[in-house]
Amino acid sequence: MPIKKVMKANEAAAWAAKLAKPKVIAAFPITPSTLVPEKISEFVADGELDAEFIKVESEHSAISACVGASAAGVRTFTATASQGLALMHEILFIAAGMRLPIVIAVGNRSLSAPINIWNDWQDTISERDTGWLQFYAENNQEALDLILIAYKVAENEKVLLPAMVGFDAFILTHTVEPVEIPDQELVDEFLGEYEPKHAYLDPAKPITQGALGFPAHYMEARYTVWEANENAKDVIDEAFAEFEKKFGRKYQKIEEYRTEDAEIIFVTMGSLAGTVKEYVDSLREKGLKVGAAKITVYRPFPVEEVRELAKKAKVLALLEKNVTFSVGGALFQDFSRALINESEKPKIVDFILGLGGRDVTFKDLDEALAIAQKALNGEAVDEVNWIGLRKEIL
Amino acid sequence: MAVRKPPVTTREYWAPGHAACAGCGCATALRLATKAFSEAMEEKYGDPDAFAVAQATGCMEVVSAVFPYTAWKAPWIHVAFENAAAAASGVEAAWKKLGRKGKILAIGGDGGTADIGMQALSGMLERWHNVVYLMYDNEAYMNTGIQRSSSTPYGAWTTTSPPGKYSIGEDKPKKWVALIAAAHQVPYVATASIGNPFDFIRKMKIAAKVDGPAFVQVQCTCPTGWKSPLEKGVEIAKLAIETGVWPLFEIENGDLWNIKIQAPGGGAKVKREGGRVVAIEFKKPIEEYLKLQGRFKHLFKQPEAIDTLREQIKAMWKVLGVEVTLPKPEE
Ligand SMILES: Cc1ncc(C[n+]2csc(CCOP(=O)(O)OP(=O)(O)O)c2C)c(N)n1
Ligand code: SF4
Repeated sequence: MPIKKVMKANEAAAWAAKLAKPKVIAAFPITPSTLVPEKISEFVADGELDAEFIKVESEHSAISACVGASAAGVRTFTATASQGLALMHEILFIAAGMRLPIVIAVGNRSLSAPINIWNDWQDTISERDTGWLQFYAENNQEALDLILIAYKVAENEKVLLPAMVGFDAFILTHTVEPVEIPDQELVDEFLGEYEPKHAYLDPAKPITQGALGFPAHYMEARYTVWEANENAKDVIDEAFAEFEKKFGRKYQKIEEYRTEDAEIIFVTMGSLAGTVKEYVDSLREKGLKVGAAKITVYRPFPVEEVRELAKKAKVLALLEKNVTFSVGGALFQDFSRALINESEKPKIVDFILGLGGRDVTFKDLDEALAIAQKALNGEAVDEVNWIGLRKEIL
Repeated sequence: MAVRKPPVTTREYWAPGHAACAGCGCATALRLATKAFSEAMEEKYGDPDAFAVAQATGCMEVVSAVFPYTAWKAPWIHVAFENAAAAASGVEAAWKKLGRKGKILAIGGDGGTADIGMQALSGMLERWHNVVYLMYDNEAYMNTGIQRSSSTPYGAWTTTSPPGKYSIGEDKPKKWVALIAAAHQVPYVATASIGNPFDFIRKMKIAAKVDGPAFVQVQCTCPTGWKSPLEKGVEIAKLAIETGVWPLFEIENGDLWNIKIQAPGGGAKVKREGGRVVAIEFKKPIEEYLKLQGRFKHLFKQPEAIDTLREQIKAMWKVLGVEVTLPKPEE
């Protein structure tokens, strides 16, 4: 029987790792995800998780050790955030290029400077081109579930890519919520033993991993990472379906909320999706035709689902806790790519908000709504809008 | 007819067909190292193949693993420039969990070890992974075209330490990574040279057989970067030992008070006290070593720079607990 426990998202991530039974974990503390390795080290210390826990001297070595262990043929796990993820940057490309299904739990946190430990998505968004799969959790249950799903997808033979699961700093990492812990036997059935056919370091069958790729081969190698990302789209749907069948919780790459007959749809990710759903409820009560959509899978980018979503609205209002300088938010680029050649498309208005842990309030969302409504009425609006900016201190 | 047993196994792990320059001393070092490792694995586990290699970016990596070819007959992984020790830590942890017997050999150049990889090396040693780290020391970043590293000796020309009106070439003394490694109090640390292959093989075997981490720093010549004759690699390496430039020593369990010094040869007189080497009187001047290498050519126009190098070598030996006399060439 699954049990319910009240816990923080960090603990939920540690529980997910425990259930997935990685053989090697290598991690280094960083706020807000420090509790993840702490909790895992407790599991290991108590014999509840039979794994090697490498207490590395940096995140760079954490991910390097995960690459070594994964290349040697075992399931691996690590957790980090912000500067820690940025320190891993170089090796993230390598992990994807070497097709190693490592999973990282990330407590989404801003990047310096100024140093700031609170939530936005700049850390994982900045790694969007590394080839890693990216999932974003709305709540602590999703943090746990998506880590299990991440392993399922990452280890699929058609994919073989590493995956990161983001959950918002403090809003989730340090907030307690009831979380259902699935049965170990069911998780075992869902994930199975990891048996690599492509990556191992076995003296009986010596292979060379991480070779030099000349121009004659490099592009093809990169293409296979592209192809694996494409393959991941169907594999993710299958994994979601199987997860729902086994554990009863439904996931979608883009989850829609009250989008039927909506004129304006707010699109967002992570825990902000919860706030936005409530906001939409309040607007619906006033009779406004407004809906919400949550991006659960950000990489591979769900282009088809975005196109379907776009058919339902006249304005897509993107709410983003990240910046792509001189462009807007990352979603703005991605949505533009998905819709540019569609014959009929909604207006896209981009909103940057909540950076570095600034609260996103209904008042902020009202500000965004007012701009989106102007766009709906055909008035000219800025494509990129910074919401909640304290202009008086600029 | 009696067949003499070869001094080291005929098994090859670093196989012919790699693309190192002609006369590359580092290629020789890797070949000997893997052979010695294999013998140690056979003696320890009854399986000569019971090892895997994790290697840093650098010359020896790019010349041995150009897709779709490989010179490696052992399981091998390259991840990046600075993380051979960390990647090896992961491999070792995985092997432990898989119940696989054997040892991991991590390999890095002086750049990937003394500079950018220093932190990962320290972490690996301190966490006591069952890994032998082999630093092949060609005393510069050769793969990127001969730039100085912290292991480049004083006075050497490199493309980033060019001699000039205001420069003597590299202006800092060499960093001795073996001593830093020993400070971690790991079971075994040694320096070695391709100029004394039997000593190198012996040390690699000890390193491979200890339980826990070990570190071996092997000086190996690079005719390209040292501007030295292709065929003189071993001779130059030998001269480094015989002139006192390259000390051969072993440190067990970080016991820096009890460093074992190997005899330098070349007519040097070794004085011992209670079995310990306390003084060495070298007979060959360091000039004999320097003059065979274009990278030191400019020093001969400024003999005081060679004297500075001599003083640095003396100071380094003093750290090893040995008073040395380094002769000047006869006028
Ligand atoms: C992070 C990073 N910085 C720089 C480089 C470029 N680079 C590759 S190999 C190398 C030098 C290698 O020198 P060393 O470790 O001494 O080995 P050698 O080439 O001499 O064998 C450098 C600077 C790199 N690959 N990665
Ligand atoms: S540059 Fe030097 S170290 Fe590199 S392959 Fe050539 S000889 Fe060997």
